[in-house]
Amino acid sequence: MRFIDPHIHMTSRTTDDYAAMQKAGIVAIIEPAFWLGQPRTELGSFKDYYSSLIGWERFRASQFGIKHYCTIGLNSKEANNEALAEEVMELLPMFICKEGVVGVGEIGYDDQTAAEDKYYRLQLDLAREANLPVQIHTPHRDKKAGTIRSMEVALEHNLDPHMVIVDHNNEETVRDVLDRGFWAAFTIYPNTKMGNERMVEIVKQYGSERIIVNSAADWGISDPLAVPKTASLMLEKGISIDDIHKVCYQNALDSFGQSGQMKESDWLENTTIDQSQKLFNNSILRGGQLPTIGEIRTNPVFDSNIIR
Amino acid sequence: MNSKYLPTINAFLETLFSQHATTEAVSWLKEKQELVRTSETGKALYLPFSAAPRYVGKAPVTLTSTALQTANEHRRGFYPANWTLDQLARTILLLSLPSENADNYSKTVLKLFGTADMGELVALYAALPLLPHPEKFVHQATEGIRTNMGNVYEAIALHNPFPSENFSEAAWNQMVLKTIFTGKSISKIYGLDARSNPDLARMLSDYAHERWAAGRTVTPELWRPVGPHLNETILPDIKKLFASFNETEQEAAALACSQSTYPEAQTLLDEHPLLKYKIEEGQLNWSHISNKAIMA
Repeated sequence: MRFIDPHIHMTSRTTDDYAAMQKAGIVAIIEPAFWLGQPRTELGSFKDYYSSLIGWERFRASQFGIKHYCTIGLNSKEANNEALAEEVMELLPMFICKEGVVGVGEIGYDDQTAAEDKYYRLQLDLAREANLPVQIHTPHRDKKAGTIRSMEVALEHNLDPHMVIVDHNNEETVRDVLDRGFWAAFTIYPNTKMGNERMVEIVKQYGSERIIVNSAADWGISDPLAVPKTASLMLEKGISIDDIHKVCYQNALDSFGQSGQMKESDWLENTTIDQSQKLFNNSILRGGQLPTIGEIRTNPVFDSNIIR
Repeated sequence: MNSKYLPTINAFLETLFSQHATTEAVSWLKEKQELVRTSETGKALYLPFSAAPRYVGKAPVTLTSTALQTANEHRRGFYPANWTLDQLARTILLLSLPSENADNYSKTVLKLFGTADMGELVALYAALPLLPHPEKFVHQATEGIRTNMGNVYEAIALHNPFPSENFSEAAWNQMVLKTIFTGKSISKIYGLDARSNPDLARMLSDYAHERWAAGRTVTPELWRPVGPHLNETILPDIKKLFASFNETEQEAAALACSQSTYPEAQTLLDEHPLLKYKIEEGQLNWSHISNKAIMA
């Protein structure tokens, strides 16, 4: 089975993760622009970060047979440094039309401050003008109200709900998101966000339409195999293959594919990798490592497929 | 490159583009070119430059050997053999930018480098030999050879006359060594023989020693830039190659000696009359070695 993880921060992950993800059947990933665990203080840090998402990280992923896409945006936490945020807003138009940029994201609210609101709205306008999907980060605190507010503001700025992916949902927010016609993404992230046993129950209750599973794996304790593990658990719990395919692959493709920058043929027609050709003895392959050459085979084996 | 050649290169690229692209793509590019031509700040360049693949696609542009020859006549060393449509469009846009003021021109182009993705970097570096004011881009190109992205590296180092015309000896030597180090064929480096130098020969010999000490081999191509600079320090390496069981290494040793005016190298070559004969008869040359390396 093939999987897409439409929310994962690979710049914080190792090559072991890439190898394991490929082996578990992940064919494509989307890396939203995010914060780095501490605030940036200079514009150049943003520029280099965006450049790394469309450059080196994409190349690194390709060496493991994984197609890497990204969303570009100013995250809510760092929107609170207004002087810097102004400069970042001027930088964004240079990046959002780059190849493989499938949306504006992740943007939205954190503390729901006035500054966050201002730059969220400006970026919604930018996405609408560029006809790009929006990936919304919903707040950890005051979540339900923040989620509803995110959607109402998006509608106020004339965004089509079908172009908006609302992320980090839970049992309390899912109904509101689906009822309004938005895509509802769920992050399987140990301890803080969703566990995947709860995810199974959500799919049992709400079905598979417009529901998306992701890992949001980053620099914290998180699991880059959350999507394939959840798929495996769903299968075990009697959810149909068709529904699993939708929430762990097709819906991510249908929603972000609206950017015109992400097509199934990107990975179906190009399943051979050759690490030796591009990087022999350099960067990824270190002394003594054997390069992977040829057709990719997947064979997921998990110690446990449960994430709590 | 003197900017007086720009119109002919531009015409060549535009014809090539119109032969391969859809009519929609051709008119899209024409419209954007007009905007870029009249742009004072270069801002009109940034969006179409990054958006090019969305409008013109990324299909490979296949050139006949005659077309490649024409390219080389317009600009010596220019070899667009593995280009794509978006790359062609981006290059045409770059060449449409007003370039009378060198500072403004380079500032705009360097800003593109600073925010470029992989495809854009490939287009930018491969376009360097066509751009006016080459001296403004030397630093960027030497920065570029530090990349770990294989396709970006190849756009600068291989089939590109810019490095041989503009790089300092130190930068040139690093590029040649890195090309070998990353497993690419140095036969694709433009100006390889013209810019060989004693320091490069020493670096390559040192590199071979390092590999041999680790029980590894080196590509026989490595000895090509070494040949003209054989001396008493390097000659034992060549003797080692002659003693090898690997036929290609013996051939490389003979070719290196044949390039040298060092008397002892000539003596060494005389000891291998068959190889010497093959070289004199044109049956053995460095392309023969490169082809074998690619087949292996």
